[in-house]
Amino acid sequence: MASLPTDRPAAAAGVAATARVARVGAAITSSQLYRSIFRHNWTDSARNRALEVTSNAFLHLHPITIPRHAIRVCYTFCLGGLTFFLFLVETVTGVLLMFYYRPVPDFAYVDMKTLEHAVQFGMVLRNLHRWGAHLMVILVMLHMLRVFLTGSYRPPREFNWVVGVSLLVLTLLLSFTGYLLPWDQLAFWAVTVGTNMAAATPFVGAEGPFHSLVGVTARDDVRYLLLGDVQVGGNALLRFYVLHCVAFPLAAAFLMLVHFWRVRKDGGISRPL
Amino acid sequence: MLDADHTTESTRATAPAAADAQWELPPGDVVPVFPYLVFLEFLAALLVSVVLLAWALGVNAPLLPEANPGYTENPAKAPWYFVGLQELLVYFDPWIAGVTIPTVIILGLMAIPYLDTSRDAVGRYTFSARRLAIGHFLFGFALWWLLIAVGQFLRGPNWQFFWPWQTWKAANGVESGLWSFPWWIGLPALVGYFAGGWLFARRRWPWLYAGLGRGRYAIVMLLVLTMYAVPLKVLLRLVLGVKYVLETPWLNV
Repeated sequence: MASLPTDRPAAAAGVAATARVARVGAAITSSQLYRSIFRHNWTDSARNRALEVTSNAFLHLHPITIPRHAIRVCYTFCLGGLTFFLFLVETVTGVLLMFYYRPVPDFAYVDMKTLEHAVQFGMVLRNLHRWGAHLMVILVMLHMLRVFLTGSYRPPREFNWVVGVSLLVLTLLLSFTGYLLPWDQLAFWAVTVGTNMAAATPFVGAEGPFHSLVGVTARDDVRYLLLGDVQVGGNALLRFYVLHCVAFPLAAAFLMLVHFWRVRKDGGISRPL
Repeated sequence: MLDADHTTESTRATAPAAADAQWELPPGDVVPVFPYLVFLEFLAALLVSVVLLAWALGVNAPLLPEANPGYTENPAKAPWYFVGLQELLVYFDPWIAGVTIPTVIILGLMAIPYLDTSRDAVGRYTFSARRLAIGHFLFGFALWWLLIAVGQFLRGPNWQFFWPWQTWKAANGVESGLWSFPWWIGLPALVGYFAGGWLFARRRWPWLYAGLGRGRYAIVMLLVLTMYAVPLKVLLRLVLGVKYVLETPWLNV
């Protein structure tokens, strides 16, 4: 249809515009700056497909090739990758939430109210963080189920399964420490219930069996270690905040590094042998 | 000289076929990660983003009145993923429900690959080749979610049981008339359960014992029997009103 006589000047202008765009594009992609960032061009060749993975800091986690069956969605359901993706979502939304929150009993709850009512998109930000955390807990459990059902923990992947279970525990601890931070009745009593369990630990909990053998009391048992007090209060809020925002994310990131690296080193994604 | 090679290559419009040949995929049933896997990951992340955003726009996270140590919430529930353990507090003392069981679960999960060291049936979904392992694992997995569901949806004030259609205000029968085994029944019952289970499985699945060896078999049986002891104790409590299987001055089971 573009060859009608009346369209000729417009078509010519279009060609000229396309040529201009191509020239600008070529100028950009041949500049030193661009070539310092992207080491290869984007022509669809086998070599470039390999370079797109190996020359990219984020993608180089992947091998260059993968068994055809491993990209079937119904094999992995992308559960591990999505758990990692949600960790990233939690990190980004968590950092933004930290701008509006002070982990002190005098301010924590007020800051939550301010976040919900006075901060632009504050409520959505909080919702994303909370529901994302729930989704992450669900996905990490389903990921474990998938790995079990496909026998992917079997040698030589034993150690990576152990790292994975540690990451599952860390995910639960991350979620649990975050649960206290809103400093409302739900948070306070949920964490009270949870940490009371620690007091029941045999030997090292003040209410656990054999505690008198060790001689621990409510002031020096394992619950006191968690809370910095005999009950949930300002010290517990600060401890949970630091664990939630710094210690546990760092530990999780460290273990994820090992987990992903070992997936590659232990033979890549599991496949029928 | 890899970097220099890349930069000169990037100026060419197309790579000559000869130079490209060495990059062709090795024989076998493989595909390049880029674009096949990377795009799939991108789509999956996109899908989850859409779901999460819709969830966050549609449902607000709860925020109750400010924390007040002087006013106890009733019921006071743990976060949902720990509610299953809280539900077990009905049937076990806190040192079992809150400490021992989670510890055994975590250590038991970690031990799995060191107990099941077979290299068969890797990388595919199969029930027929791993009937026992998958059966037990699914039982534990389902139990975990069942306990969460009961604790989260069917427990009201004072942790009493309510069906979803019952209002929490309705007076509910308080559990009474609980009793415990005397120690001379309880102790043999406990020992008998573990020893009996150990022997029964050895007779019923002799290849299991032969394949695992004595040490691994003992650990597997301890873990599996401990897992089944949990719903068994729940049944004892619900059907016969048994509070403790074993009572001692130091601890109760």
